[in-house]
Amino acid sequence: MDLTLRVWRQKDRNSPGRLVEYDAKDIDPDMSFLEMLDVVNERLISREEHPIAFDHDCREGICGACSATINGIPHGPERATTVCQLHMRHFKDGDVLTIEPFRARAFPVIRDLMVDRSAFDRIVESGGYVSVRTGSAPEANTLPIPKDVAERAMDAASCIGCGACVAACKNASAMLFVAAKASQLNGLPQGKPEKDRRVLDMVASMDEAGFGNCTNQYECSAVCPKSISEDFIAQLNREYLVASIKQRFARK
Amino acid sequence: MAVSGVILLLFVIGHLVGNLQIFAHPDVINKYAHFLQNLGPGLWAVRLILLGAVVAHIWAAVELTLENRRALPERYEADDTIQASYASRTMRISGFIVLAFILFHLAHFTVQIVDTEYRDLYTKTVDGMVVHDVHTMMVKGFQNLWISGFYIIAVGLLSVHLRHGIASMFQSIGWRNAKIAVPLDKASIGLSILYFAGNAAIPLAILAGIVS
Ligand code: HEM
Ligand code: FES
Repeated sequence: MDLTLRVWRQKDRNSPGRLVEYDAKDIDPDMSFLEMLDVVNERLISREEHPIAFDHDCREGICGACSATINGIPHGPERATTVCQLHMRHFKDGDVLTIEPFRARAFPVIRDLMVDRSAFDRIVESGGYVSVRTGSAPEANTLPIPKDVAERAMDAASCIGCGACVAACKNASAMLFVAAKASQLNGLPQGKPEKDRRVLDMVASMDEAGFGNCTNQYECSAVCPKSISEDFIAQLNREYLVASIKQRFARK
Repeated sequence: MAVSGVILLLFVIGHLVGNLQIFAHPDVINKYAHFLQNLGPGLWAVRLILLGAVVAHIWAAVELTLENRRALPERYEADDTIQASYASRTMRISGFIVLAFILFHLAHFTVQIVDTEYRDLYTKTVDGMVVHDVHTMMVKGFQNLWISGFYIIAVGLLSVHLRHGIASMFQSIGWRNAKIAVPLDKASIGLSILYFAGNAAIPLAILAGIVS
């Protein structure tokens, strides 16, 4: 199949970027989107042009490294799919694809399609931990956890931190990410001791990083490659409300 | 946002129910208005709460908008939307026009500076009370096609605002989940349509001469 790509090219953080048009001819429909970019890059290199820089690692949809917005949708048109797992058969011969980096002030472009998502690491640092007893490992089944509670925590924990939620949000809000990272711990007994502090600190570090505010449009869960539900955002809102009231009346 | 929004929502619903008394005998709405005007400090308490809610709501809306603009300085060249409703993407403009309407509405029927003759409209009820003739004021007001038109557009936009706002409040305070998401959304649409129909019925009935 033959495609036309309009790709965001940007030399570095401080240079202005622009969309550049490339022909992508003879693309195998069984290729993944990133393999298609590899082919385009091979051709660019053979013409002594700079290849298109993009993030990738596992290429099997589990690491969260890959990131690109295709025709305005992070990770492209397929639901619950990372761009590394998106196959060219979902496009038509002759399609024009506009490929842009994830957009948010908190995700500055490093080069072309690569963005700096270290703001996510700072959010996790601020609250994504639990207290553990030192000494010998505890007996594995001493803490009974109901199945539905465990399942919910696992659903939240399936977040791969790719940042598509931010990229899809009309306000560049990181609420779905923060909600997932907080909920994977908050529901479990191991996460209880730091629960209130976790919620307050993670939200504070999200705000500090320059993410926007959620306006409940749920574009985030629509693009999430792991289909993380906006229910976790409701849970975060509720826990934040409770934690901030408790903090106000806490004895100093 | 959610707290001020729910105060305003409860008010506009109560206000609509009160206004629908226009379809009864003129004495009904006139006595109701007389009762409200004579609440004394109670009237001012309600007015202050509403003013506070409006100020808080607009303050939050402005702050939300500014912060969100700052968070996304560069938009996509090929922008797209998957499921964000039209109403949710137009909250600012619907809210802004509703605000303009509220100011006009207060000048028109509360302060009565649009037509100062409204101040001298008095009538005697069947049981002999002399009250401000709110019924005639409403009929006169809405016989003006421009005023009725603006009113219908504004309540239409307010209904669009509420179509997102009602469901959104539940998410903001953490009372929404996948189980109630669909019914909540439907209730939000249903209530907004009902709200619009009730409000639009008043000027339409007056223009059609059903209420006079
Ligand atoms: C009687 C009038 C109004 C009512 C009943 C009302 C109600 C609501 C409700 C229930 C919400 C949802 C709160 C939430 O998301 O938790 C909301 C949001 C909002 N309102 Fe209003 N509102 C009114 C007037 C206004 C006005 C005059 C403005 C603008 C100046 C405005 C601007 C907004 C904005 C920007 C939002 C946030 C939208 C978002 O979350 O995406 N509203 N309103
Ligand atoms: S490269 Fe690992 S998820 Fe796409």
